[in-house]
Amino acid sequence: MNVPVENYLVLAALIFAIGCAGVLTRRNVIVILMSVELMLNAVNLTFVALSRQLVSMTGQMIVFFVMTVAAAEVAVGLAIFLAIYSQRRTVNADEISLLRW
Amino acid sequence: MDFLISFVLALVALLILLQLTVLLLWVERKGSALIQDRVGANRANLFGGLLPFNLGIVNTLMADPLKLFHKEDIIPKDADAFLHWLAPFIAVLPLFVTFAVVPFGDVLVLGERVINLQAADVNVGLLFVLGMVSLGVYGVVIGGWASNSRYAFLGGVRGSAQMVSYEIGMGLALVAVVLTYGSLDLQEIARAQGQLMWGVIPAWGVFYQPLALVLFFIAGIAESKRPPFDLPEAESELVAGFYTEYSGSKQSMFMMSDFIEVAIVAALVTTLFFGGWQVPYLYRDGFHLPGGFFFGVPSLVVTILQVGAFLTKLFIFCWLQILVRWTYPRMRYDQLMNLGWKRLLPIGLANVVVTAVLVLALEGFTVP
Amino acid sequence: MIAFYFIAILTLASALMVVLHRNPIYSALGLVNTLFLIAVSFVMLDAELIAMLQVIVYAGAIVILFLFVIMLLNVETEVRTARVSRLGTAGLVLALLLALELGVFALVREPSSGTPELPAGFGSTELLAETLFSDGMLSFELTSLLLLVAVVGAVVMARRKVES
Repeated sequence: MNVPVENYLVLAALIFAIGCAGVLTRRNVIVILMSVELMLNAVNLTFVALSRQLVSMTGQMIVFFVMTVAAAEVAVGLAIFLAIYSQRRTVNADEISLLRW
Repeated sequence: MDFLISFVLALVALLILLQLTVLLLWVERKGSALIQDRVGANRANLFGGLLPFNLGIVNTLMADPLKLFHKEDIIPKDADAFLHWLAPFIAVLPLFVTFAVVPFGDVLVLGERVINLQAADVNVGLLFVLGMVSLGVYGVVIGGWASNSRYAFLGGVRGSAQMVSYEIGMGLALVAVVLTYGSLDLQEIARAQGQLMWGVIPAWGVFYQPLALVLFFIAGIAESKRPPFDLPEAESELVAGFYTEYSGSKQSMFMMSDFIEVAIVAALVTTLFFGGWQVPYLYRDGFHLPGGFFFGVPSLVVTILQVGAFLTKLFIFCWLQILVRWTYPRMRYDQLMNLGWKRLLPIGLANVVVTAVLVLALEGFTVP
Repeated sequence: MIAFYFIAILTLASALMVVLHRNPIYSALGLVNTLFLIAVSFVMLDAELIAMLQVIVYAGAIVILFLFVIMLLNVETEVRTARVSRLGTAGLVLALLLALELGVFALVREPSSGTPELPAGFGSTELLAETLFSDGMLSFELTSLLLLVAVVGAVVMARRKVES
């Protein structure tokens, strides 16, 4: 018995919303980065579900690229964070606010 | 009925692995004794000395695991109890699952039913193996962290950095093999090695990709943190590395993960480079020898011969890894990382490029 | 169907653990779990190669990177404050609105006419490679350039500055 594609879309929407809540609510920079990964994965799930529904490999190809870009982004993001940490010694995003008004 | 067959196949894969693990413990002890010109463990006895002779195998096969399971389970103070409990499971579970995609025979013909002797027929089997091996790193990382101890943490960080580095070497060696055989499915690769080069030599991977064999073997030994790459659990420096603070069944699970990886590396080397279950010149209906001779053999005997060949080759490569362990001195950590990143990676890349060029240029370089 | 609901509930529970737990190591473990369960969803959606790549790249490398950073910086468990800040409440409300909107969009469309028949080898390596190297050739080359830039960038950022 096959699962209708709406189920996967709703699941992806919920994961995206949970990731969004994580980015907006948590103050730990690493947890914010992890929530961004959650959002990216929710988008991947949407792409794969729709790629199956529309019988086109383009969706899976896009997921391939999203995965690669996410890996690069995490590497650079964590490198930037390590550089900031060596100066500020804090992981709280509220305290890294030198460029704010 | 299909479900029953899958269940039995999965059970067979699991049991082969479990038996091998315990047997390898004994082979390691007696084998190291043989290499070091001593007798080895021979003190355990059945029924308190009632028998006039001593079976060394009793010691490690029965006494050792029983002793480990009956020890008290100690969790260090201020350590995270949940993570401490979780780490051995994460270390062992992905490795058990890996064996599901390894084919241990060609087909078993029961009446009209032709059963493929592979527990899970995934068409990206090789990537599945790589994925599960990369999940095994979490056991090391969490185990080292959750012990709340300096030695354990250092061993955990070193171990996981080493495992991640050598995964790349493994992957590149496997890419060259995939280019040659044109498939990621282990059963198809094993079947493709039944063809004959120039009518005489079976098309085993060792003849097509000898460099990939060496690279994969070294990377596999480094991945399972066995000597000479065992600095993360160096017995003379870090006590026991990342599993210092573990006792009882949890420690036995970490040790089991060591031997399971030996079995997995041996199984992969067998399947990819030495024909897997292939006996040279033996096909499903009998022996087709190069001179044109043909011996008919019943299919059940063919299956038994092929499964026996797989197990024999598996043992040979497990024994080879044990030999390597007791022959070479331990590598220092920077030498280890040097080997992984500066030697295995460029050589692996060059191998892939040369293989790709040869596959495009020569018509007969790919096997199927 | 039961398999789908089981996987879905586990995925949501792991995602909640990422966002809600105070100890960042548990968040990272929740992330591994979520990524692995999403890979299982991919297998259920006939995207086998993408599922294995998800396990190897995401669950097997990216989250290990996160764990390394957490352990090396010795990030501590956060202390739960008594009241949620106003910004936090606003964030939660916005996320709930987002969930509602996306859910409505997903359900309001015409019900899908069943699951279409897939050609043989859908989701396999051969088909994905054909698409990747024909339609996505430019993106492929640009992505490799991007990865090179990321590697160089990460090495430069994480290098220790020499005291002048």
